[in-house]
Amino acid sequence: MSNGIINGSGKRSYKLMIVDDSNLMRRRIERSQQFEELELVGTAADGVEALELFKRTDPDVVTMDITMPHMDGIECIARLVAMKPAIRILVVSALADKATAVEAMERGANGFLNKPFTDRQLNEAIAELIR
Amino acid sequence: MLYEQELKTFVEGTTNFFEVAAQQPASIGSPYLMEGSPSVHEYTGVIKISGKREGVVYFTAPKAMLTVLLMKMQENDFSHETMRDLVGEVANTISGNARRDFGRDFVISVPSVLSGEKPQIPQKPGQRSFIIPINWRSHSAKLVVSLT
Repeated sequence: MSNGIINGSGKRSYKLMIVDDSNLMRRRIERSQQFEELELVGTAADGVEALELFKRTDPDVVTMDITMPHMDGIECIARLVAMKPAIRILVVSALADKATAVEAMERGANGFLNKPFTDRQLNEAIAELIR
Repeated sequence: MLYEQELKTFVEGTTNFFEVAAQQPASIGSPYLMEGSPSVHEYTGVIKISGKREGVVYFTAPKAMLTVLLMKMQENDFSHETMRDLVGEVANTISGNARRDFGRDFVISVPSVLSGEKPQIPQKPGQRSFIIPINWRSHSAKLVVSLT
């Protein structure tokens, strides 16, 4: 992954946005991710909020739920990728059928993590995303 | 109509949820047919099912169980809103995981959450509901699956 910015210590850093309609899940992802190079720039509860937040904060990395009110994650992924093709998106969803994962990847997602997940699984999935 | 193998999908989903999210296995009892009106605990997360199947899946649990579950998830907010969020997320996770077997035409809604003594569960008259009993630590909860 080449986007992000180089911080004062010479390491690349990335702006993170978390999108999930569950406040509990948003806090869980924020608390469990262990990457110093990720800076949380905001969280959103649905796709519409995520697009507004994207315009204000220009995130590099996104965790994205799928089943959400107003605009679901599949549509939001397509819109984010259209605005910023280099954005890296990890889908974090309970939907466990292959067709949904394939569609998310076809729309531009870069990884897929099923709920429920352990901290280790989350961090491995994010590592895959930003390496 | 709900087949034994389909009920097994929800039993496995419930087992997996507690093993992974709570990091402590629950004892999941054999499903049985619900008789009469639904009996629920303090918090109930409801997922409406549409597409090739129709009905509801709901997870109902007492506050005491949800409190311990939040602790196991390293959460430190035990407010009413967080309890509501948690039951919705449990119902959503188990229902969403069921698509591994049911496929993408098993369409799940966003969760709606009921709390209080006598919540109204949306259910068609005559629709059969199966209760999956959940015992975790010293607490009891239920997953109810009602599908046509």
